[in-house]
Amino acid sequence: MENTFSLDGKEIPFEPGQTVWDAAMAAGVYIPHLCHNPDYEPHSSCRLCTITVNGRPFAACTQPAVADQLVHNNTPELNAMRRTILQMLFVEGNHYCPSCEKSGNCKLQSSAYDLGMQDNHFPQLFPHREPDSSHPDVILDRDRCILCGLCVRVSRDVDKKSIFAIANRGIKSELIVNSPSGKLVDSKVSVDDEAMKVCPVGSLMIKRKGFEVPIGQRDYDKEPISVVSLRQFQGRKEGRHE
Amino acid sequence: MSKKVSVATCSLAGCFGCHMSLLDIDERILDLLQLVEFNRSPINDIKHIEGMADVGLIEGGVCNAENFHVLKEFREHCKILVSMGECAITGGIPSMRNHFTLKDCLEEGYIRGVGIENAHIPNDPEIPLLTDKVYPCHEVVKIDYFLPGCPPSADAIWHFLTELIAGRDPSLPTELIKYD
Ligand code: SF4
Ligand code: SF4
Repeated sequence: MENTFSLDGKEIPFEPGQTVWDAAMAAGVYIPHLCHNPDYEPHSSCRLCTITVNGRPFAACTQPAVADQLVHNNTPELNAMRRTILQMLFVEGNHYCPSCEKSGNCKLQSSAYDLGMQDNHFPQLFPHREPDSSHPDVILDRDRCILCGLCVRVSRDVDKKSIFAIANRGIKSELIVNSPSGKLVDSKVSVDDEAMKVCPVGSLMIKRKGFEVPIGQRDYDKEPISVVSLRQFQGRKEGRHE
Repeated sequence: MSKKVSVATCSLAGCFGCHMSLLDIDERILDLLQLVEFNRSPINDIKHIEGMADVGLIEGGVCNAENFHVLKEFREHCKILVSMGECAITGGIPSMRNHFTLKDCLEEGYIRGVGIENAHIPNDPEIPLLTDKVYPCHEVVKIDYFLPGCPPSADAIWHFLTELIAGRDPSLPTELIKYD
């Protein structure tokens, strides 16, 4: 058939220019993701959305949909690989969910629930990362940063402020702030920035808002991220934003 | 079933919250007692594992020498060893001290802290020596299963134990997996 591909055995229609991720989500098939937010350009850095196309792994968020390709997504092998990615993200940072303001609204945590992650497997690295609470309204808790680059992209492309960047490479990578002192207080950041709305984890946050919604009543307390994410994606097409 | 399953439990560097959650299975504990008998556990105050336990539930990570010896005893005397709760699995809240040196932590607590009189670091030989860091249990001994949550809910503990005793895969369904 023209302009369809096979996804786990199901025919998925697509429009030219769509990615595999876009077409799948539009057809109601959830593909896990962390660094991708459909309101912004894809980045394909976290690799949680890895699928196989004709047997080879690709990031679904940047892979163009092509007619007749054979795509696999929800397989035990791919989900095991995704769990490993999540476990590495957990041990590379300092994630104390019991005391985190984001718990229940966090995409890292809820993706791990959804993929059945029951342990961290790898040795905890307990890295030393400096928090930045210098700003009166905004806090950056680097312990929880997964370096998804969303704040970097949105601050640069949408807010036109370029406040954030990822410095260094590999395990030494860290999120830095563009200001003379390197502190948020001396940057142009504001609570109204779009960049302040995109952090998937509890790293870049607005102060005094953390517990506005009580624990137990948050997005992913009630439903798994696979359900919430699909509904938000559908709502977005219809102009609703949750 | 001919013989009851023997379950041992202990609390290392934890807050006893996981044990509270275990007791929180309420009247189901009576059903559980049809299936299991408690070996060494703070619940019955038996101090050492008698013979071989079938299942050992560990609450808390390893923060001192005593924790280490208890965990080793559990590994040697339990057929299946389970890390129960965030502290056993990741180190949890006590492992927040891993971001500071042990010396700094002790001095902050016993020398420089607010309102301290007769400042000195306790050194009674009865007090177990602290480890340099707080360790998740699986970094010290082999752990067979992980039961996440802070604490794991009574339903999660119930699901895990009853599935395990029934000889099935005790993995938790998504709705019972929580890290907080
Ligand atoms: S950011 Fe998410 S995963 Fe990390 S501690 Fe907070 S809730 Fe847990
Ligand atoms: S602060 Fe948040 S949005 Fe920015 S890179 Fe880290 S995890 Fe991503």
